[in-house]
Amino acid sequence: MKTIFEKIWEKHVINQIPDGPEVLYIDRHLIHEVTSPQAFEGLRQRKISVFRPKQTTAPADHNVPTKGEVTDPLSKLQLETLENNCEEFDIQHFGLGHKNNGVVHIVGPELGLTLPGNTIVCGDSHTATHGAFGAIAFGIGTSEVEMVMASQCLLQNKPKTLRINVNGQLQKGITAKDMILYIIAKLGTGGGTGYFIEYAGDAIRNLSMEARMTICNMSIEMGSRGGLIAPDKKTFDYLKSKEYAPKGVDFDQKVSYWKTLKTDENAVFDKEYSFEAADIDCMITYGTNPGMGLKLSETIPTYANLDNEQDKLGLKKALDYMNFNESDSMINKEIDFVFIGSCTNGRIEDMRAAAEIVKGHKKANHVTAWIVPGSHKVRQQAESEGLIEIFNRADIEVRQPGCSACLAMNDDKVPEGKYCVSTSNRNFQGRQGPGSRTLLASPQVAAAAAVFGKIVNPNSI
Amino acid sequence: MNKLITITSSCIPLNIENVDTDQIIPARFLKATDKKGFGDNLFRDWRYDKKNEPVSDFPLNQTKYNGQILVAGKNFGSGSSREHAAWALAGFGFRVVISSFFADIFKNNALNNGILPIQVSEMFLHSLFLKINENPKIQLVVDLPAQTVCIQNESLCENFEINTYKKECLLHGLDDIDYLLKSKPEIEKFEMQYQNETEA
Repeated sequence: MKTIFEKIWEKHVINQIPDGPEVLYIDRHLIHEVTSPQAFEGLRQRKISVFRPKQTTAPADHNVPTKGEVTDPLSKLQLETLENNCEEFDIQHFGLGHKNNGVVHIVGPELGLTLPGNTIVCGDSHTATHGAFGAIAFGIGTSEVEMVMASQCLLQNKPKTLRINVNGQLQKGITAKDMILYIIAKLGTGGGTGYFIEYAGDAIRNLSMEARMTICNMSIEMGSRGGLIAPDKKTFDYLKSKEYAPKGVDFDQKVSYWKTLKTDENAVFDKEYSFEAADIDCMITYGTNPGMGLKLSETIPTYANLDNEQDKLGLKKALDYMNFNESDSMINKEIDFVFIGSCTNGRIEDMRAAAEIVKGHKKANHVTAWIVPGSHKVRQQAESEGLIEIFNRADIEVRQPGCSACLAMNDDKVPEGKYCVSTSNRNFQGRQGPGSRTLLASPQVAAAAAVFGKIVNPNSI
Repeated sequence: MNKLITITSSCIPLNIENVDTDQIIPARFLKATDKKGFGDNLFRDWRYDKKNEPVSDFPLNQTKYNGQILVAGKNFGSGSSREHAAWALAGFGFRVVISSFFADIFKNNALNNGILPIQVSEMFLHSLFLKINENPKIQLVVDLPAQTVCIQNESLCENFEINTYKKECLLHGLDDIDYLLKSKPEIEKFEMQYQNETEA
């Protein structure tokens, strides 16, 4: 009796160092400009090549402009370094302007580079996104990037297993982003540390592939390096005819293997949590970590309700930074910026959801709103569906793809003290620019905030 | 990688929980293509104010505190996988980070850069903060072979866990790539068998 995680993991273990980690084979390696240059430099110093260059793909995404040319000399150097390294080591590179360019975790799935049963790694903690396809996908550091380049393997300790069941049906108008923010608020930012998650239950099964990616993407915000969902017909339909996915008979053969990738009925997890989908409501964060989230119908916790001194200190530090007070309601709070994009919510369904709210409206005058599609393909699709026109008519700017204001490495920064409703994944202090204040939410909540200039419940418009 | 066997040093306390890697090294400083200079921007937005003046009450700026050991609140290093966080700590001169809980990716990144993350009990951590507060010059003795961390000349001591392989790596200054490169024949053999199984 095994979990899907154990089945995939065991298939990739080459051997185990006594009382140490296992040698884990990696099927797919994704790299980008920010966490790879030092790894390539390491290979040069050791005078070795990339062991399996065909299993590595390199989109530029973290440090790219979403408007105009690259002007910052350091960013330019980093992008050129990626391009040169890919040429020197024979790695497929999707640079700026390439038709397949975009955010690494959007590009992998939409090109069919992400496949069920695979082990997938990338020097980025949101690699967990690919778990939506029934893959073991997790983020790694630059030393580990170098290991994968050198040997197509990593030394890893097998994590413990955690299953999160979401049973029943979501209420109308409640999204995958609400679901994952709700779960993180319940478990906290360290609740999954040391565990690899499997998301299960009717409410997970009923999600689209795009929505499943939003769920798996934020596994790391609970401390879990990865989270996966067993593949099913939706997964196979999504992958069929994708550029790099197997074709014809090969695809059918793969599907029969992929169908075996599910948790056996009596398999035991190290830890298990269950939630009722009907309990989940529209969510938003109020503090400075993704666990500080609440329903739009709730108010910020009070100090008196916290029993531990460290928690009180943590809340005080967060509320001072956000300039909020205990027991405040988030509804009607004025906001300044809206960012719709990122590997969490930069896919076509997110564009559609935002457009549906925005259609026929103008954004509020005082709000700066950026929509940053996750890839060129997403942007093209949005264009062909008329979504970009809807945004333009609302005076909302649609940018070129990139990580953008999710981590604000480029010029897309939220100024000090300003509030940004963001569909990204982290509300850490200064994440969107020094002194910026981030409120994490779904594309629907973000789009409604753009129109009204304040926090409103998109389901009561 | 630098070896680490025993370290006796004073420490710098950072009594804050959930210190994420965006605080350790903000994203705008990740543009370098080498590993140098990150120590200058360690905890940048806590260490310096808007005018780039040092924040006087931040522990790294207080002259009474110094040393190679950082003592931090629970859940240290959460968030991004950026190894730049480990490079920044190493660049500043830290060889050991003590906390009651570490984020997974950070822990690996630290070990891969010769920094020892020591997970201690909440109680021990709490006592450490109190002791450092009483006397900023107290010396901690970290003994990796014995897997202990103690306050010098006092009875306050705790054992810590580390897997045997990583311990050996630190004691001898070896890294995982050295091991993996030696495993190439096994990896090639695995690839052939693996392809047959999953293509079938």
